Amino acid sequence: MSETTEIVRASLAKRYARERRFRLLGLASVMASAAFLVLLLGNILTKAWPAFTTTYVKIDVPLTPEVLRLPDAPDSEAIASARYGRAVKQAMRDLFPDVSSRSEKRALYQTVSAQAEFTVKDAVIANPELIGTTHSLWVLADDDLDTYRKSKSLQAVPEEDRRFKDFQVTWLEELSAQNRIKTSFNWVFFERGDSREPELAGIRGALAGSFYTLIVTLALSFPIGVAAAIYLESFAPRNRLTDLIEVNINNLAAVPSIVFGLLGVAVFINFLHLPRSAPLVGGVVLSLMTLPTIIIASRAAIKSVPPSIADAALGLGASRMQAVMHHVLPLAMPGILTGTIIGMAQALGETAPLLMIGMVAFIVDVPTGITDPATVLPVQVYLWSDSPERAFTERTSAAIVVLLVFLILMNAFAVYLRKRFERSW
Amino acid sequence: MNSFTDAALPATDSTATTKEAPDLDAQLAKFTGTVGNVRVDNAKMSMTGVDVHYGDAQAIHNVDLDLGKNEVMAMIGPSGCGKSTFLRCLNRMNDTIESCKVAGSLTLDGEDIYERNQDVVLLRARVGIVFQKPNPFPKSIYDNVAYGPRIHGLAASKSELDDIVEQSLKRASLWSEVADRLDNPGTGLSGGQQQRLCIARTIAVSPEVILMDEPCSALDPIATAKIEELIDELGKNYTIAIVTHSMQQAARVSDRTAYFHLGRLVEVGVTNDIFTNPTHQLTENYITGRFG
Repeated sequence: MSETTEIVRASLAKRYARERRFRLLGLASVMASAAFLVLLLGNILTKAWPAFTTTYVKIDVPLTPEVLRLPDAPDSEAIASARYGRAVKQAMRDLFPDVSSRSEKRALYQTVSAQAEFTVKDAVIANPELIGTTHSLWVLADDDLDTYRKSKSLQAVPEEDRRFKDFQVTWLEELSAQNRIKTSFNWVFFERGDSREPELAGIRGALAGSFYTLIVTLALSFPIGVAAAIYLESFAPRNRLTDLIEVNINNLAAVPSIVFGLLGVAVFINFLHLPRSAPLVGGVVLSLMTLPTIIIASRAAIKSVPPSIADAALGLGASRMQAVMHHVLPLAMPGILTGTIIGMAQALGETAPLLMIGMVAFIVDVPTGITDPATVLPVQVYLWSDSPERAFTERTSAAIVVLLVFLILMNAFAVYLRKRFERSW
Repeated sequence: MNSFTDAALPATDSTATTKEAPDLDAQLAKFTGTVGNVRVDNAKMSMTGVDVHYGDAQAIHNVDLDLGKNEVMAMIGPSGCGKSTFLRCLNRMNDTIESCKVAGSLTLDGEDIYERNQDVVLLRARVGIVFQKPNPFPKSIYDNVAYGPRIHGLAASKSELDDIVEQSLKRASLWSEVADRLDNPGTGLSGGQQQRLCIARTIAVSPEVILMDEPCSALDPIATAKIEELIDELGKNYTIAIVTHSMQQAARVSDRTAYFHLGRLVEVGVTNDIFTNPTHQLTENYITGRFG
């Protein structure tokens, strides 16, 4: 007895030291991953921040019939096709009457966004009595002006290295002095689809695209995945065939996603002639990819339900299906939902297979259904990160922020569902 | 110990390990066929030549046994002797174990329960089972008891279902303890209460036979006493087969006792006779505690 005591006592210090080292190692790992996360989020958020505001310029638009090239008694059709671009240019010339050279004039017109003439048009159509007056209006500024205003570092760059030249800077200063410049929240970014003009490019199209794609993915992969898991766990006989299926499902989870994209092109587009670039095809391809994840997670969840529960139901005379549906499945639901959300998060972030089926196309319109051409958030990030304009850099980060928020909302919903289904026994 | 092990039937007999394990072959040599009368006049269930295999291992060897109507039959024997396996054959719970093969004739009211067109769901509605470990559903007390009647459609209305639940809980002598909290989860009850809830759940379906697989092994003496009273009471209306490791329990609750050893049915007899005057040497050894 006393001998044991001594041996144990001698080894105690060593054992505790080992435990302390292990704990420190664990703590260090947690700190390291936390640091990486903070670095990533910090970087993205600081870069994305400017994209959430944008610059407006106030111009006094001369809406005379001569400038607009309107007849004397214009009908609504004439008003709709009037030359509002001329009015905007006239307004700019009125602001800076000294500008004379052709290239400077072009630069002057480009101080405001190409969207400006449509802003004027909308104002006139909403209120035709404006014709004949000079109307003050806030219009969207060009992205070069906007970027220059927001970026301190760009202001320090020598003139020859930036797009926004010194003579434009003096215009900006003059406009500011006249209180014709304002910064406001960038609604455009959330209301519009993609555009070649950075100040007009928005995330709405990609957001809708991601939404429709994920709806299709969820609608296909959740029921199929859970049904497959239930069959394999509770009904299938254990034999060579089911073993083979199991091995294949596990392998499928490790197939590179681009392969699913190739399959999507070959089967769904070339053979079944489903629409190209559509969330329908994207969703189907992503469900192929998500299915193994859901099946594996669901099987694990079903397996973890104590067999005594199913036995109790069977012993009462429940059929096998009743035992599964009434007892096993509800208890496995939290685990199944966790697996599903992991699969959906993967699908949300997936780019490669969608490139293959044409969801990388430049699409301006916001999709309104699963067969409309669309792109998705990660592809939009990829497209914008490839664009040369400086303003797209911040929009790229902003798109990533939107993607992350989408993801967090999805996870929060899953946690909520899981809490609702969770029961103790 | 026996050569086969079945994870579904954990060994709980603590005395088994402390005794010196006698030579198995020598024990088998003493077995020459079941001693005592396996048949009764008014048999509810009748088993003849039952063999059970788990894969290649044989768990039950050629067992004949009758369960009389409204009789409490205790099955005793050392761990791994096959008594639980035999019990689970009686309502085909062994079907859930894939490697398990049952041969022989097992009848309920003269119908073969392993016949092709025998409906398992119907059989289990007629032959209920209470497990070793209390396994209430993670639902309310009410839903636990109401589950069986619900799936079988035994109650036409809500009030009828309420009645069944109340009657079942009363017969399981649990009503007075839970009447005011039927909506609480069944898993929140104490171990003894949970087991009585499981019994209430089983009798709510009004089975003809109740199988009990060591129903008290996870319970303290007070809870055990309550369950034993309950079995006594239920024995008036139901045919009950109970597997137990406690010989005192077998002596207290049963009308007849069957002693299993190494997959064989060694001796059957009126409980009093078995315990006071065992015929077979193996039975005597077990009852006097010479091995467990």
